[in-house]
Amino acid sequence: MDSMRSDGATDIGMDAVMAVKILVAGGFGVGKTTLVGAVSEIRPLRTEEALTEKSIGVDDTSGVEGKTTTTVAMDFGRITLRTGLSLYLFGTPGQDRFWFMWDELAQGALGAVVLVDTRRLGDCFASIDYFERRGLPFIVGVNCFEGAQVYDTEDVRIALDLDDDVPIVVCDVRERESAKQALITLVEHVLLTTRPAATVGSAL
Amino acid sequence: MDEEWVDGPVVRPYWVTGGRTADDRDDLDLVAVVRATGVGPPAKLLMGPEHEDILAFCATAPSVVEVASQFDLALGVVRVLLGDLLDHGLIVAHTPAPVARFPNERILKEVIDGLHAL
Repeated sequence: MDSMRSDGATDIGMDAVMAVKILVAGGFGVGKTTLVGAVSEIRPLRTEEALTEKSIGVDDTSGVEGKTTTTVAMDFGRITLRTGLSLYLFGTPGQDRFWFMWDELAQGALGAVVLVDTRRLGDCFASIDYFERRGLPFIVGVNCFEGAQVYDTEDVRIALDLDDDVPIVVCDVRERESAKQALITLVEHVLLTTRPAATVGSAL
Repeated sequence: MDEEWVDGPVVRPYWVTGGRTADDRDDLDLVAVVRATGVGPPAKLLMGPEHEDILAFCATAPSVVEVASQFDLALGVVRVLLGDLLDHGLIVAHTPAPVARFPNERILKEVIDGLHAL
């Protein structure tokens, strides 16, 4: 994936401790927290982020002109798969213009589940663009909302202009099994995409 | 609720660090595990109550994000405080190998099996 390789890599073997980091992305209210909560205990996380020019004019800073940081809140969950192997799920903050500044979230991530609400398809464009640009494997989870029209996954693929190899799953993230299946689909996708890369090289 | 704006505590976030930020700390990854060494703090070291609470919590070998969450402190603040403990040898930090950087079929299958078993 990316060629950045920090010196942290030299730590390997010290304790044989491994961490898998998966991001759960998508628009506001699409069910990111629900997905994390369906498979693990939800824990809140705060971080202070600098306000950049991007957010000036978007956020109302009148009256607090001296304010140069803003609080970004997100959720995460940790699942211990076995001793020495933990899975972290991070729900990305809903305000896209903030979490893109936070590249740290994506660093070392295995991949992402992008949740989509078919009634507000445009909300996920920014996330998909970001993962495509970064070369981070992702799958699309079409979250079933009551009252939303059911679309064929291939129609969703066309609407989102997704490559053929990006898996699309229909899910109900309130259901533990469904949330699990979305995550499993992602890891299987990573497994498939890394397998040829290991033998053929980094051919696209 | 999916996301919310939080106003945070009544003091500015970096008050507990004396205004210090963690811009130069790259040894405390989000998912790095921090563990108390059991070494007692030197007598002359002035630790704040946050340091003491965090040090006690580090006995359970939490990750950096878990420390931030546990004490409702911003991540950057926690990095400064953990950095203090690290510099005095009161904790050790271990960055787990990110599986993403070394995708290994066996590990990925283990993750899939682990998810199935949840």
